[in-house]
Amino acid sequence: MAEIRGGGGGCCPPMDLMRSEPMQLVQVIVPMESAHLTVSYLGDLGLVQFKDLNSEKSPFQRTYAAQIKRCGEMARKIRFFKDQMSKAGVSPKVILDKDVDIDLDDVEVKLGELEAELVEINANNDKLQRSYNELVEYKLVLEKAGEFFASAHRSATAQQSEIESQQVGEDVLETPLLQEEKSVDPTKQVKLGFLTGLVPREKSMVFERILFRATRGNIFIRQSVIEESVVDPNSGEKAEKNVFVVFYSGERAKSKILKICEAFGANRYPFSEELGRQAQMMTEVSGRLAELKTTISAGLDHRKILLETIGDKFEQWNLKVRKEKAIYHTLNMLSLDVTKKCLVGEGWSPLFAAPEIQEALQRAAVDSNSQVGSIFQVLRTKEMPPTFFRTNKFTTAFQEIVDAYGVAKYQEANPTVFTIVTFPFLFAVMFGDWGHGICLLLATMYLILREKKLSSQKLGDIMEMAFGGRYVIFMMSLFSIYTGLIYNEFFSIPYPLFAPSAYECRDASCSEATTIGLIKTRDTYPFGVDPVWHGTRSELPFLNSLKMKMSILLGVAQMNLGIIMSFCNAKFFKSAVNVWFQFVPQMIFLNCLFGYLSVLIIIKWCTGSQADLYHVMIYMFLSPMDDLGENQLFPNQKTVQLTFLFLALVSVPWMLLPKPFILKKQHEARHQGQSYAQLDETDESLQVEITGGSHGHEEFEFSEIFVHQLIHTIEFVLGAVSNTASYLRLWALSLAHSELSSVFYEKVLLMAWGFNNIFILIVGILVFIFATVGVLLVMETLSAFLHALRLHWVEYQNKFYEGDGYKFAPFTFTLLGNEDE
Amino acid sequence: MYGFEALTFNIHGGYLEAIVRGHRAGLLTTADYNNLCQCENLDDIKMHLSATKYGSYLQNEPSPLHTTTIVEKCTLKLVDDYKHMLCQATEPMSTFLEYIRYGHMIDNVVLIVTGTLHERDVQELIEKCHPLGMFDSIATLAVAQNMRELYRLVLVDTPLAPYFSECLTSEDLDDMNIEIMRNTLYKAYLEDFYKFCQKLGGATAEIMSDLLAFEADRRAVNITINSIGTELTREDRKKLYSNFGFLYPYGHEELAICEDIDQVRGVMEKYPPYQAIFSKMSYGESQMLDKAFYEEEVRRLCLAFEQQFHYAVFFAYMRLREQEIRNLMWISECVAQNQKSRIHDSVVYMF
Repeated sequence: MAEIRGGGGGCCPPMDLMRSEPMQLVQVIVPMESAHLTVSYLGDLGLVQFKDLNSEKSPFQRTYAAQIKRCGEMARKIRFFKDQMSKAGVSPKVILDKDVDIDLDDVEVKLGELEAELVEINANNDKLQRSYNELVEYKLVLEKAGEFFASAHRSATAQQSEIESQQVGEDVLETPLLQEEKSVDPTKQVKLGFLTGLVPREKSMVFERILFRATRGNIFIRQSVIEESVVDPNSGEKAEKNVFVVFYSGERAKSKILKICEAFGANRYPFSEELGRQAQMMTEVSGRLAELKTTISAGLDHRKILLETIGDKFEQWNLKVRKEKAIYHTLNMLSLDVTKKCLVGEGWSPLFAAPEIQEALQRAAVDSNSQVGSIFQVLRTKEMPPTFFRTNKFTTAFQEIVDAYGVAKYQEANPTVFTIVTFPFLFAVMFGDWGHGICLLLATMYLILREKKLSSQKLGDIMEMAFGGRYVIFMMSLFSIYTGLIYNEFFSIPYPLFAPSAYECRDASCSEATTIGLIKTRDTYPFGVDPVWHGTRSELPFLNSLKMKMSILLGVAQMNLGIIMSFCNAKFFKSAVNVWFQFVPQMIFLNCLFGYLSVLIIIKWCTGSQADLYHVMIYMFLSPMDDLGENQLFPNQKTVQLTFLFLALVSVPWMLLPKPFILKKQHEARHQGQSYAQLDETDESLQVEITGGSHGHEEFEFSEIFVHQLIHTIEFVLGAVSNTASYLRLWALSLAHSELSSVFYEKVLLMAWGFNNIFILIVGILVFIFATVGVLLVMETLSAFLHALRLHWVEYQNKFYEGDGYKFAPFTFTLLGNEDE
Repeated sequence: MYGFEALTFNIHGGYLEAIVRGHRAGLLTTADYNNLCQCENLDDIKMHLSATKYGSYLQNEPSPLHTTTIVEKCTLKLVDDYKHMLCQATEPMSTFLEYIRYGHMIDNVVLIVTGTLHERDVQELIEKCHPLGMFDSIATLAVAQNMRELYRLVLVDTPLAPYFSECLTSEDLDDMNIEIMRNTLYKAYLEDFYKFCQKLGGATAEIMSDLLAFEADRRAVNITINSIGTELTREDRKKLYSNFGFLYPYGHEELAICEDIDQVRGVMEKYPPYQAIFSKMSYGESQMLDKAFYEEEVRRLCLAFEQQFHYAVFFAYMRLREQEIRNLMWISECVAQNQKSRIHDSVVYMF
């Protein structure tokens, strides 16, 4: 492995993260009887990505469809148990020993038995519950209707006595006709029938209306509201209901009312007019209610015990069933041999895993008492292998950042190697404040120190993200402490940490705001920005110029790094064309223009020259022959500039033209060679067919290649300018950050301090803390993060990164445990 | 108005149109049906459907499955999707979506009334009703003895009330009456829906008028074929045809006097859209007519998706889903009864 890397990588020392793991396509031939165990062991190993060899078959035509169905059925039962347990408030026990070997058949039998038992208990309980609910409703009807009848009775007797008293008084005036009517009244009342029951409240109005319509108004209905909701015996759900009493006359009306009651789901209960019967019914119902209550609670206890026994083994079963299902799904991807005695599987695995896989195969063969061992062989293929980086918990998050843009092509140079340092560094350039850096560091230290505990539990969405990127944040905070020290800002306040300021006032009268004419009294401030700059009038021009130039230096450096990475790739894939017609002209173009600018910046810093760099750069293009005048930074500058300009101009056609033609030539040469080969080796026609086949499909469209190269060239040339400009965001964001934090400090904290009022001070401190945390620590972190992300994805990675690979997704059990439904 | 929907349609209808087009992508394809046809038992069907949108609705069903369970769950999914769309919709789309339900309401009313006439249990009947056509007091329909009562008691509260104006008789209900009522109601419903779509204008009106005209014509043909040999008079028959469609008005005159299936065929072959359907059938055959009509309908419904910014996609989607459920029901029945040779008789492929 080291040899391959050393030979291929050339300049680079062997490092795991630079190139993805070398992969091979392996073929495994497993006898039927040990197939299950083999796949299970390979799943434990988790280093093989099986290819689906049956993709043309539908799910139920595959070899192990029946077993998958079985697992699906068991999974359904387990879901049923889970549902029942969560309803009953029983939580499954967490198992510590995950390796308990249980037989799937036993589990299936057990699950079946338990399900049947649970269903039976539930059915019994439901039945009991239902009669209980019916009785509760009946009781309510008895109470409410009883009240109604009692009150009706009272008012009726009152009315009767009133009428009688009237009759006594107005006997003389009364006509015989009226009297007759009154005498009929009581007989009619006797004939009236009535029904009592309960109707859901939301339907009660419609119910009344329909009753009224159906009987053409010949009914009398009374409803009374039940305050608390009742459980409906039929549906078992809580509902708000009304008790109703309907009076009707005639059999036809009765049958209609009965039908309507049925249609509305109104439960009817028998009710007797006699008070004695009512009281008797009441006691009877109450007695039965009490009886049922004890029965139901006994039933529930029984159920709870059953569920608890299920809960003990639940996780174990759940894991087992999922595992089995995964195994059978994988087995379905293997193709059945013609003899139907063995399964043939193909899959990708890393080169280093070969001995482990072989060992697992042997172990499986021995453990399953198979008479024949499995066969393991490496296949040769033209297919692009998957990309697999072995990451640790520190590098994973960085690799994720790169993968979010695109998964690296197989064995292409991995940007992550440098991203680990450059990403947090560029972030910190925009987030330079060592006070804020320390806050971030504390927060992320909490996450890192409690790593073990936090990783096992479920976190919220945002928390999950912060936890996943804890090491990224850790690095970011370290770097922002570093850049914060360079910018000399601690919550926007400078501290003379390393030495007292190099400058001093000429006399005592000069205030902080007008610090013109300071005298340098000591050596230059040793590290970072001299604190004396803070609050002066020239603070912003000075810092802007510093940060802007620094951004350009960083940008040019990172873009150069990107181009060098493309050289590493060209070297690794042994493509001389890419070295000479891509890497070299690109290097020349970028460095003749912006590399030169960077050198000018450094010269200006070192010499303290007053030259205007904009002017130099712009007139280098506009009028290269003109005299530089006062903008000259070093002797012979004009000649150097002319040379650079010439080189840059030459490198553009150099990038554009030769590569497509050379590719075309190579292609033609390959095809000629092939035709000779076919004539020569007639014996090994099979061999030729294989190689010929792979070449034959390779199409070569010159115009397409040329346009592609044209686009690449234009993109690079324009990109060199726009990408350099893009790095100025480093300056812009860092300016925004420092300005914001100084605004919060001066306008909130210092102002509150000025009032000399303890209350205002507390409010001011609170506002300052919230603003610092909310705006500076959260929002600014996010925005700086995003900008750093962009600089890596666009400005850095477009120089070399193809990112059109696909990830290695091995068959493994480790993810089964924590995946959700 | 036509041509300018693109400016404003997405304000209210964009989200739902996106949803319905997303749903469309979930319709079972020919490849799915081919796979389903190879199933050996209902569990295979469940397994295959578990990879589709019906998966989560079927996964908790214990085996052995029944055809009714599959159909029930699939219908439930349809209803859930419909309700989701309905509660996102604003006027006038919500009214449009409501209109889609009315057909099912009519069918349910007829189902319950016929059922009670034959003294079936109301609960059992309600279970058979299409859930899209349910309304509050549907069970009360059992009480009614004649049309007038039916209207006065129950239907006056439902959106179907206006359609009843033409069939208010005091005759007692019998099978014939009910069938006439169904068709009268349907006629009124289709005409109302047609008018509503015309009022909406634009591409909706254009596409819906085509789809509804097809629906009206199909009903006209079915009425004619079913009423051959019954005591329904020509005038009565003509009254049941909707007053629009490709056949209106001259085709209706001719259909009204048809006495056997070949005469119907003679009438229909004069109309280009139906010529293809009837030319496929041999003389005297009416068995395959349903399937031919369904296939033509599906073809037209699929075309509705070719245009954007109109409501007809919702109608088309609901119809296609219903057809899909019919397909699933047929396949499940064939698989369950071991009649796999007949599986292709009634399955209408879409897309």
